[in-house]
Amino acid sequence: MEKMNAVDDPFKKIFSNAKAALIGLKSNMTIMSGGFGLCGIPENSINALTEMDINNLTVISNNIGNSGRGLVKILVQKKIKKAFCSYVGGNPDLEKQILNNEIEVELVPQGTFAERIRAAGMGIRGFYTPTGYGTVVADKKEVKVFDRPCLLELPLHADFAIIKAQKADRYGNLWFKETARNFSPLMAMAAKVTVAEVEELVELGDIAPEDVHVPGIFVQRIYQGCDYQNDIEFLLTEENQ
Amino acid sequence: MSWSKDEMVDKIISLIEDGSSVNLGIGMPTLIAERIPSDKNLMIQSENGVLGVEGRPKKDEVSPTLINAGKETISIKKGASFFNSALSFGMIRGGHIDYSILGGMEVDVEKNLANWMVPGKKITGMGGAMDLVNGSKKVIVMMTHFSKKAQPKLAKKCSLPLTGCNVVDLVITDLGLFKPNGNSFDIIELAPGVTEQQCKLP
Repeated sequence: MEKMNAVDDPFKKIFSNAKAALIGLKSNMTIMSGGFGLCGIPENSINALTEMDINNLTVISNNIGNSGRGLVKILVQKKIKKAFCSYVGGNPDLEKQILNNEIEVELVPQGTFAERIRAAGMGIRGFYTPTGYGTVVADKKEVKVFDRPCLLELPLHADFAIIKAQKADRYGNLWFKETARNFSPLMAMAAKVTVAEVEELVELGDIAPEDVHVPGIFVQRIYQGCDYQNDIEFLLTEENQ
Repeated sequence: MSWSKDEMVDKIISLIEDGSSVNLGIGMPTLIAERIPSDKNLMIQSENGVLGVEGRPKKDEVSPTLINAGKETISIKKGASFFNSALSFGMIRGGHIDYSILGGMEVDVEKNLANWMVPGKKITGMGGAMDLVNGSKKVIVMMTHFSKKAQPKLAKKCSLPLTGCNVVDLVITDLGLFKPNGNSFDIIELAPGVTEQQCKLP
């Protein structure tokens, strides 16, 4: 593996690029991918997946990309067998595959989606929530009445989580800008191997302990990403509403 | 006569107490953020991980990592905070958000809401709507009174797939303000010149 020497890499987590950091990711695995729409998506790791000879992936991600961008790149390569997500509006490629029965999609209410991922990371084996009661989401789920009827929901685990942060130090402590963190901190906890790509790789101590959004214990592999597009889906300004 | 969109928005704003936290759904409800008077202090939450949304950024202050749940660029106000999706939905599901204002396709007399899916039409997914209607302290649905096919959207029983059961507190349409009461809808207020017969309540 292409790794840095021990002085630069005291915790042996630093990889030279996406391809090196994704070694061991194989067909039939379950992959979580961070981001809300295109905000905070792991661009370099997704690009690397397009070049890997893999298929039958189960993918857990809020949107599965949008209009040719993000995870749509591997969707159109028919690498995804099953997807868990909450919102797929503005994703015609996914809609087409759903209508043609080329992919299995489980739509999960977004809060239940986040909590199922969090539960996996927290060691919680299941939880009850009123969200989805009386809707198609309740189909085949156990109902228990507390103050109101609630559904039993189970955790979502993954083999790999691919996430992106603005900064990581060499232990994998992560810092995110603005609304870029969304699902990534939860996914980092829920996967066996978390691969964090970053805009800036900094030294230990450069992220103040109180500013760490994800403690490095949840991150196994780190690499410096490149060529970030940071696409905006809907650009609205004061001047142009 | 009926209320314009702006008049519906202003009516809702007048109902919300100063200092409240509010989540705004995609579509018509997002107009609310743009019409809040400067002397009203509301904290607008967006479920992708921000509390304290203000409005739109200036052209040279746009940030690709600062967006709302509609994936539109936003600006934030002083006192805002960022957080991850679990904490964001903890605010929503834990009963900490005062008002959720959503668009609607149908509301029925038993406080059920349908707003996420039309069978056979485009598939979009429910996003955070099912969490918002079950978790927020008050749920207000904002919609046109009649569908494009001229069917009243205030129904005896929703015919479309539900978003939530027994969740709607108040409905505002271009014709008035209504509250589901189990048998029909109480009329809280009608827009100027609108009659009860026009509303075709179940």
